[in-house]
Amino acid sequence: MTIIDSNEITTAPSPAQQMRRRALRHWGFLIGGGVLGLIILMAVLAPFFAPHDPYAQDLSQRFLRPVFLGGSWEHPLGTDHLGRDYLSRLLFGAQISLTIGFVTALISGVIGTTLGVAAGYFGGRVDTIVMFIITVRLSMPVVLVALAVVALFGGSLTTVVLVLGFLLWDQFAVVMRTSTQQIRNQDYVTSAQALGCTTTRIILTEVMPNILNNLIVIITLEMAHAIILEAALSFLGLGVQPPLPSWGLMIAEGKDMLFFEPFLITIPGIALFVLIFAINLLGDGVRDVTAPENRN
Amino acid sequence: MQYGPAAFNTAKVILMLRFLLKRLGLAALVALTVSLISFSLLFLAGDPAVALAGEAATEEDIEAIRTQYGFDRPIPVQYVAWLTGAFTGDFGNSYYFNTPVIDLISDRLPTTMQLGLAGITFALLLAVPLGVIAAIRPNSLIDRFALFISVVGQAMPTFWFSLILIVIFAVNMGWVPVSGSGTWQHFILPTIVLGYFATPGIMRLTRAGMLEVLRADYIRTARAKGLNPAKVLFKHALRNAAIPVVGLAAVQLGFMLGGSIVIESIFALNGAGLLAFESINRNDFPVVQALILLFSLIYVLLTLLADLLNAWLDPRIRVA
Repeated sequence: MTIIDSNEITTAPSPAQQMRRRALRHWGFLIGGGVLGLIILMAVLAPFFAPHDPYAQDLSQRFLRPVFLGGSWEHPLGTDHLGRDYLSRLLFGAQISLTIGFVTALISGVIGTTLGVAAGYFGGRVDTIVMFIITVRLSMPVVLVALAVVALFGGSLTTVVLVLGFLLWDQFAVVMRTSTQQIRNQDYVTSAQALGCTTTRIILTEVMPNILNNLIVIITLEMAHAIILEAALSFLGLGVQPPLPSWGLMIAEGKDMLFFEPFLITIPGIALFVLIFAINLLGDGVRDVTAPENRN
Repeated sequence: MQYGPAAFNTAKVILMLRFLLKRLGLAALVALTVSLISFSLLFLAGDPAVALAGEAATEEDIEAIRTQYGFDRPIPVQYVAWLTGAFTGDFGNSYYFNTPVIDLISDRLPTTMQLGLAGITFALLLAVPLGVIAAIRPNSLIDRFALFISVVGQAMPTFWFSLILIVIFAVNMGWVPVSGSGTWQHFILPTIVLGYFATPGIMRLTRAGMLEVLRADYIRTARAKGLNPAKVLFKHALRNAAIPVVGLAAVQLGFMLGGSIVIESIFALNGAGLLAFESINRNDFPVVQALILLFSLIYVLLTLLADLLNAWLDPRIRVA
């Protein structure tokens, strides 16, 4: 008679447990996720945290310096050229950057994943057509096209999100195509086909769960990409319009005082850098944690 | 049947020709599609005559503009006229200057080309050595430094990086001019910014390629034969690792030319990117359309050249 030691069974960690363990040991994942979570929290709670109304002007209080440059705690990060509280604008600005990042990634993710999975799963003519669309998209200069289209429609948060969403799907398509190709001949996909499952069902229940980790990595990459591009467009005056506190716009408004009050561009610039850095760390972390064999 | 170098070369040339034809056809089709898109961008937001006339325009003003610029013709007719003109380099006249678009562009394009080439050279000089050293000594100090540079580079918005460099090196140190495009010194900061933007990708690919190649059997054989380690590294390893890097560098150069619009605007560098930005702000559609098409064509051409070069260097690609 064989005796099964129950301890032996429970001590072997399941893949999910292994993943959780890798996640808790991965510094980039923890720091990136933590900082991003903090920024999201600050953005959501901006109405409660912000010491002042981000739009309230006070021309007698212009260009006050931050507290670490000899300013007062009344305006911890100083004030801008219209006397608006810089900390409050920074907090509300996080809402704009995050909205741009999430919504753009959602739109471009849906477009790119649909194209990529279709190309990878069906192959043949579908693949040829999708590859052609990707090639055409890649050959168009993103910044130039985005600027031109925003100029035609008039700059606003909605325009910027839509334009970027319809431009930044290429990486989703490329990566989802390759990932789908890699698993479409796996046994579990073949057996689902043999069982007579519908294509929709196979894609949703067999393909998607297995390419989800790559999808998350691309989502983080493209979120970061969209946030940087929005800031650049707003900086050039063809993105989010004043008086909204977009970080790119804050840098543009501070540019005139570049030589006298560099904190006006340093603060929103560092905010942008930290946000992008955190998102990238999280993305790299997700890749390492979910597929440690892909690390190089 | 003759086997040997001569037969091999004929086969190689035939395969290359077939590959060339296929790629040329694809490139032409892509270019045609891009031309259609850059043309239709103008009509995306509705009637261009209304946009041109401005907000205070009357119905007659709009009608006059419509006939003056030929917007009253059917859109397919306008497209064919524009495309046939484009083939001979005739993109019509600028709405703003009323001079041929092609003259405006050919005045400004050399500056952007110089900037792009300087930028990609800077990127390669920085990224390839760092990537190679990082691959030879994984987890060393230089490997960590390379990782740091690439992570920071990916998170740094170029326009902000430009402003910071201006404050430090142009204002505080006074080493380089703040903006303009008179001398070669004006190109230093824009080159660094543009080149740094392309560095992370090239470095990562060089490192990954070298790591893979160094594990390959032929490298072990070369080493086992007792070949000079430097010779193994440069002649055997780097040559093979360089194949994908060449492709990426070409693609990056295309992205950089298209992306130079931000950098040229900040440094007031008088290139095609700045022309694009100014033309967008002036509603000068013919110039914008021509520039979108031109930058796309340059990209198509660069990727074509990279593919052909790769096919020449790596026989596996030709057959596919």
